[in-house]
Amino acid sequence: MANILIYALHYEGAINKNSLGAVSEGAKLAAELGGEAHAILVGQGVDQSLAASLGNYDAKKVLVAEGPEGLAQPVVDAMGAAISGGGYSYALFGGGLLGFEIGAGLAARLGAGVAMEVTAVRAEGGELIAERPILGDSAISEIKYRSEVGIVIGRLNAFEIKESGAGDADVEQLSFELSPHATQATMVTRGEQRGADVDIEGADILVAGGRGLGKAEGFQLCEDLAGAFGNNAAVAATRAVVDAGWYPYAAQIGQTGKTVAPKLYLAAGISGAIQHKVGMQSSENIVAINKDSNAPIFEFSDLGIVGDLNKILPKLTEAVKAKKG
Amino acid sequence: MKICVLVKEVPDAAVEKRINSSTGRMDRSGEKNLNPYDTHAIEAAMQVREGGVVPVEEIVAVTMGPESAVRALHKAVSLGADRSVHLSDPAVAGSDVAATGYALAQTLQREKPDLVLLGQQSDDGECYTIGAVVAEHLGMPSLTQVIKMDVESDALRCERQAEYGYDTVQIKLPAVISVGDAINEPRYPSLKAIMGAKKKPLEAVTAGDVGIDAAKVGGDNSAAQWVAAKAPPAKAAGEIIEDEDTGETVEKIISWLDERKLI
Ligand SMILES: Cc1cc2nc3c(=O)[nH]c(=O)nc-3n(C[C@H](O)[C@H](O)[C@H](O)COP(=O)(O)OP(=O)(O)OC[C@H]3O[C@@H](n4cnc5c(N)ncnc54)[C@H](O)[C@@H]3O)c2cc1C
Ligand SMILES: Nc1ncnc2c1ncn2[C@@H]1O[C@H](COP(=O)(O)O)[C@@H](O)[C@H]1O
Repeated sequence: MANILIYALHYEGAINKNSLGAVSEGAKLAAELGGEAHAILVGQGVDQSLAASLGNYDAKKVLVAEGPEGLAQPVVDAMGAAISGGGYSYALFGGGLLGFEIGAGLAARLGAGVAMEVTAVRAEGGELIAERPILGDSAISEIKYRSEVGIVIGRLNAFEIKESGAGDADVEQLSFELSPHATQATMVTRGEQRGADVDIEGADILVAGGRGLGKAEGFQLCEDLAGAFGNNAAVAATRAVVDAGWYPYAAQIGQTGKTVAPKLYLAAGISGAIQHKVGMQSSENIVAINKDSNAPIFEFSDLGIVGDLNKILPKLTEAVKAKKG
Repeated sequence: MKICVLVKEVPDAAVEKRINSSTGRMDRSGEKNLNPYDTHAIEAAMQVREGGVVPVEEIVAVTMGPESAVRALHKAVSLGADRSVHLSDPAVAGSDVAATGYALAQTLQREKPDLVLLGQQSDDGECYTIGAVVAEHLGMPSLTQVIKMDVESDALRCERQAEYGYDTVQIKLPAVISVGDAINEPRYPSLKAIMGAKKKPLEAVTAGDVGIDAAKVGGDNSAAQWVAAKAPPAKAAGEIIEDEDTGETVEKIISWLDERKLI
């Protein structure tokens, strides 16, 4: 049977949005293949009603396995056990980080083919074809699987969440054994929020800063500009500057940060890496200031300014203030 | 402790990357360089050695790639590796991620490393997954995108950013760790190190030498098969302003924003 097994990441009592999208997508594809979509949750004392709620995204059955949370290898063991029971042709993951690690580990375990950063999947002739953008999104390659099980890892926000209201799914307990190496990693602390708890999701205008700001103090330029725009504006950041401790994690846009779609997104000193782009590409208007005319961000900007942000931002701030009067 | 660092040769950042439309593989002609992300992995190995918590006997750079990849190994050695291993065999050409990870794991197997380090991503492949594949084949614990790594005798204390914030994970050695580019600032090689790099031992191995099952590698045997390529949906090109007179540039930005009622 052409069933699809979908990994559902959960944290603090909620299923990750990208996992919900993956469940919806998996259900649609499974129907086209004539199979069923099953979801799997791995955790400590997973709430049965949380698991069952995936029926509303058209999971037919939800497997719940007891195991450590936030680490990939225990999930590889659990999914490997589920798949060895037979009936699965594909394993599907939404965007994020853990899904990449689990999907790749599972591919190695099963000798399966894997495609990552997948933006679209279609069923054709009883099998799935995955579309994966490559070379900085300048081309899209189409991937088919020759292994018994194919592994599809989605790009962040690639799969649309569809709540069908089909009601609760059947929940089944899955028992599995941890492989020796999966017991060698232990979570010490999870989900630490570094820096202030700022809100970037509610803003109409985001002034985003990256490594091009040069130092933590460079963010003042972004804050001044956001301040000039007024109350509906906030400052956002890339992973590079958050990892460097220049700006709070809560302000980070991208694969392991927030997804935003403001009316105006203005980037200063941001290269436009794919992992950043996936979190902001739905913004209504994209303006970028970068001194490198080859920066990838210009490929998806509506207005690009090739120049030094240190010269442009202060004058722009003054001009916005003057305009607002 | 013995550390192996996986390094890859990639097209230079300045080269426009293309795919060969008949094979779906990357056109690898043109200037090449050591994957910039891998210099962070070499630096991380050097810092473990210099940190002195455990003695590091050897740092070995390992790559799989064509003849030209030797230069990436020389670069890795100039940055601090003691020697290098080059898996080069027509049989492994065109391998997908899973097959590449398997081939690298086989190559690492003979080295018996206590720690395998990788970069966060290859500049051309952008899979960020080779580490997880290698770890599964070696039966070692692993973590990717690590930005802080402290050695505690038989374990590592690692920090990385995941979906919900920063995680701290303790990992027992031997382990496979891919490091994020925020973990360190790689040093520049000294002129002496650059000159001496070619004199350090470089071992070339074939698939057979490291016990790779030829039926599991190479383009034709890879389980993920490229079937076609297409252009992404066309997007209207944005307007570009070259900043010459900043006063004028700012005026243009303001009127652009104003037209869209964004101020
Ligand atoms: C698994 C994974 C997950 C990731 N998740 C995220 C994520 O959630 N969010 C995220 O943002 N990234 C993420 N990344 C990292 C991402 O790949 C990039 O490394 C990061 O986005 C780069 O940040 P940046 O643009 O600030 O820095 P850089 O790429 O270093 O770009 C700096 C830019 O500033 C420009 N510049 C320099 N000086 C000036 C000046 N004076 N004036 C104007 N321009 C200047 C430069 O030309 C350059 O283009 C992730 C990566 C991986 C592998
Ligand atoms: N052919 C290869 N040889 C050696 N190491 C590799 C190879 N391909 C990828 N790697 C390593 O795996 C990391 C992640 O690459 P990727 O998963 O392709 O994004 C790189 O930074 C390298 O350290």
